Amino acid sequence: MDLLLNLVIYLPLLAILAVLLSKRDETIKWVSLAATSVTFLLALPLMFGFDIANSHTPQYLTEGSVILPGFDIKYLVGLDGLSLLLFMLTTLFGPIVILSSWDSIIRHLKGYYSMLLLLQTASLGVFASLDLVVFYVFFELSLIPMYFLIGIWGGADRIRATVKFFIYTLVGSLIMLVALIYLGYHAGAAHAEFAFTADWRFIASPEYQIGLVEQTYMFLAFALAFCIKVPLFPFHTWLPYAHTEAPTAGSVVLAAIMLKVGTYGLVRFCMPVFPNAFMEFAPWLAGLAVIGIIYGALVAMVQKDVKKLVAYSSVSHLGFVVLGIFALNTIAVQGAIIQMINHGLSTGALFLIVGMIYDRRHSRMIEDFGGIATVVPVFAVMFMIATLSSIGLPGLNGFIGEFLILNGAFFSELYDNHMYAVIGALGVILAAVYMLWMYQRVMFGPIKHEENNRLKDLNFREIGLLVPLVLFMVWIGIRSEDFTRYSEVWVDNFIDVTETKSIAILEESRKADVPEWTARFYDLNEDESKIELVYKENQRYSIWNH
Amino acid sequence: MDYFYDLNTFIPATITAVAGLVVLMQSAYRTKINTIFYVTVVSLLVAFGFSIRDLFGPTGTSFYDMVAYGGTAAFGTFLVVTGTLFCVLISRDYLQAIGHHFGEVYAMVLFASTGMIGLAVSNDLILLFVGLETMSICLYVLAGLIKEEKTGAEAALKYFLLGAFSTGFLLYGIALIYGATGATNYSAIASVADGGLLFMAGGALLLVGLFFKISAVPFHMWTPDVYQGTPTTLTAYFATASKAAAFVAFILVLSRMMPELEGERWTHVIAVISVLTMIIGNLIALVQDNMKRMLAYSSIAHAGYLLVGLAAGTAAGYTGVLYYLFAYTVMNIGAFGVIAYYERNHALDFSDVHNYAGLGYKQPVMGVILSIFLFSLAGIPPFVGFLGKYYVFAAAVNAGMVTLAVIGVLASVASVYYYLRPMIYLYFRDAHKEYDLIQPGSIYKYSLVLLGILTVYYGIEPVLPAGSLIELLHTYYPAAGSASLVTP
Repeated sequence: MDLLLNLVIYLPLLAILAVLLSKRDETIKWVSLAATSVTFLLALPLMFGFDIANSHTPQYLTEGSVILPGFDIKYLVGLDGLSLLLFMLTTLFGPIVILSSWDSIIRHLKGYYSMLLLLQTASLGVFASLDLVVFYVFFELSLIPMYFLIGIWGGADRIRATVKFFIYTLVGSLIMLVALIYLGYHAGAAHAEFAFTADWRFIASPEYQIGLVEQTYMFLAFALAFCIKVPLFPFHTWLPYAHTEAPTAGSVVLAAIMLKVGTYGLVRFCMPVFPNAFMEFAPWLAGLAVIGIIYGALVAMVQKDVKKLVAYSSVSHLGFVVLGIFALNTIAVQGAIIQMINHGLSTGALFLIVGMIYDRRHSRMIEDFGGIATVVPVFAVMFMIATLSSIGLPGLNGFIGEFLILNGAFFSELYDNHMYAVIGALGVILAAVYMLWMYQRVMFGPIKHEENNRLKDLNFREIGLLVPLVLFMVWIGIRSEDFTRYSEVWVDNFIDVTETKSIAILEESRKADVPEWTARFYDLNEDESKIELVYKENQRYSIWNH
Repeated sequence: MDYFYDLNTFIPATITAVAGLVVLMQSAYRTKINTIFYVTVVSLLVAFGFSIRDLFGPTGTSFYDMVAYGGTAAFGTFLVVTGTLFCVLISRDYLQAIGHHFGEVYAMVLFASTGMIGLAVSNDLILLFVGLETMSICLYVLAGLIKEEKTGAEAALKYFLLGAFSTGFLLYGIALIYGATGATNYSAIASVADGGLLFMAGGALLLVGLFFKISAVPFHMWTPDVYQGTPTTLTAYFATASKAAAFVAFILVLSRMMPELEGERWTHVIAVISVLTMIIGNLIALVQDNMKRMLAYSSIAHAGYLLVGLAAGTAAGYTGVLYYLFAYTVMNIGAFGVIAYYERNHALDFSDVHNYAGLGYKQPVMGVILSIFLFSLAGIPPFVGFLGKYYVFAAAVNAGMVTLAVIGVLASVASVYYYLRPMIYLYFRDAHKEYDLIQPGSIYKYSLVLLGILTVYYGIEPVLPAGSLIELLHTYYPAAGSASLVTP
């Protein structure tokens, strides 16, 4: 058992007790800040002690006993190359969201900080859990605090937003639950010891293979849940609502952490567990991703509300991540993973900045601002950096992710069409248009509203919580290698697993009797199916993969 | 027959029966009502202790094969006693507040519990019938406790008429089964049952009687009106203990009386009923503003989820149902308890969910635990309701009924909306006017807090190192989980 990892996950939960017992508002805030800061500091050794060369094997494992003899559901947490960075990002955002609410939340502080701390534990648990059922529990658990955060401390239309968010997410995850149970029994049948197993290490391993029919259904169920969470077009409609109505801290956690659970789930579960379905559906889902990129950008362009604009930019940016994931080559998947972090940093920062301006002016409408760059110079600088990072300016983090993704997608044998990357790249241009245009209208020009002359610049607290984010934006921008190396072995290994597994399953299915639609969908009747062609091409052009 | 040995297998019911007589005499001699309350609580605590002992005891039958003990039957007894205990603990303050606090109520509850235990441990159709009737007649009386009000009279009359009607079905079923097999004992019936028309008709009628008691659609019509008219803490008793007893009896009937007919036919009937129950219960609950009616329809829906486990018809399915019953008892008594507490305040009409606005911030403990119960009823982890659903649906998937499980989860998505709705009012809206809530009494409050803690604790219990409830339940069905219909 690795005590440190568990301590990091559950320290925020324990801190809730202290929060509930606190009498004074100040104590509540300081306790929460202390708990999340200590969480972050405790998590640092996890990152430094991580064995990068073996990032494909989970480390810092804690393994409980199975709940029933024969039923392999157990408490299983650990970190590997895929989850480490996201885990660290979550711990980094812990103190930041607490600080961001310091002055702006004045009602029901006890409940508010308990919910933030619960959300922290749930998010950390999602990334650390390697048992599917435990993953599912944390996945759902994160809904409860978010429901209250939006519902109690949100904007005018908060109730509709939060119910929509809750039910939308739940539809996907409950269908995933049925698939998960089926998968557990299916894997149990293949497992020597158990009747049911939810151990990710076995399910994602090359030994365990799923027939094409089951794979298709289960992939669709899992992908639906994750695509709603991402959210991928056309399942994105809950997102702008939830983001706009949520309090600043809620938007930040939602954007920086919770949306990543969707893309993370696609990489962790859909890719190695359902390889054939993953590869056959890849062009379709990538198509949705590209539509999302363009659609999100176009809708963002016409927004009058800055927060809504940032929310729609999320739809666009996460489209890139999904595009990268389904390209299924090292460059693109690496790009997708680093882009998850980038999006967390830049969109998180943007939501923080929008929250700061809202605290001052009680408006987020673009037309209420204009020319305030001279009034609040420090704010203007921070806002500029976050904006440029979000656009993907070379030298900042956003560029690295988008470049890798587009590069990988362009040469992806799976897509077999350069248009995905070409149209996707238009999204980068559009991002520059809507972000810079918004920045210009808010910050530059003459001051139209008298009250904007009296805006206060950022105080030390606000600067302090933005600086770490800016630091990482620059750091990833100029030395991305420091971060991408954590997931490199993981990605290489699991792309390899995915491809070899899919070939093995295809050969298996050729011999077996499969339904007509499956045979057609997976090209079983042809000499060489698409997946086999891709595999060969990838072997030949492996230069692009390494 | 060793009489004392047999009695030893039936102790909890003996205690409740004797305690019922004592309480009845006490109220005849006008003993102080608080004494009666404590006598009831103490006797139930003793029965609770024995029921826990029986959970780990041997299994078998006693009283000339009439009574099953140990295993499923013991768990049924445990559920009934637990449910009764908690309902009694929260009943005193509530009944006092509505001015219907009589010693006879406790006597009726104790007699009803005796009947429920009889129902849950029956290994013979005669005991099944006697237990069911003992329970039902006491419940009819309790339903009409607030006889001055129209809703109370309606509840009692409706429950009585429809209950009598369903008893007719049940009895007719028993008669036909006896005609076909010449036996009333489960194992005797199982050994000679042939699946002929007479037996099948008898079995179907028997099921109708049981479907009525668990309020499965289309035999659910009485539920909302009865639940609404009955005093709320007794509604909790109706919804949990009597349902648990009926479901355990259902399991025993299916697993012992019809084992070789377990196959396709009954499974399909139960699956269809379960789909109807889940869909209709959840859909009608969506539009309820009255909290008790909402929980009434929700309890119909929960009967639907439980039937999924029965439809699976495997050992894993029965275990799942038992687990679900435990979860359901804990969280439903909790939810009714908090609602009963709100109702005792006369500032507003707190049976209407609209008046819950801003309520969560007054008496925060009550608001928080009501939220916990509602999330648990909705089946959101990490609460016990999720595990209940999980085990039941897992059993269905394992039995090859993936469609049934999918319908179940989709129905529970709809249910989430009406479980979230009270919380919207509790926390997201501001109160209409200024008022203060009364302080809940300490027994009342801590019983509910204990239920809240159980809801959370049993939600995470399987991953804790100590032995878990599901492990215990699996020892009742040694075959559970070994057979997997999913082949690679």
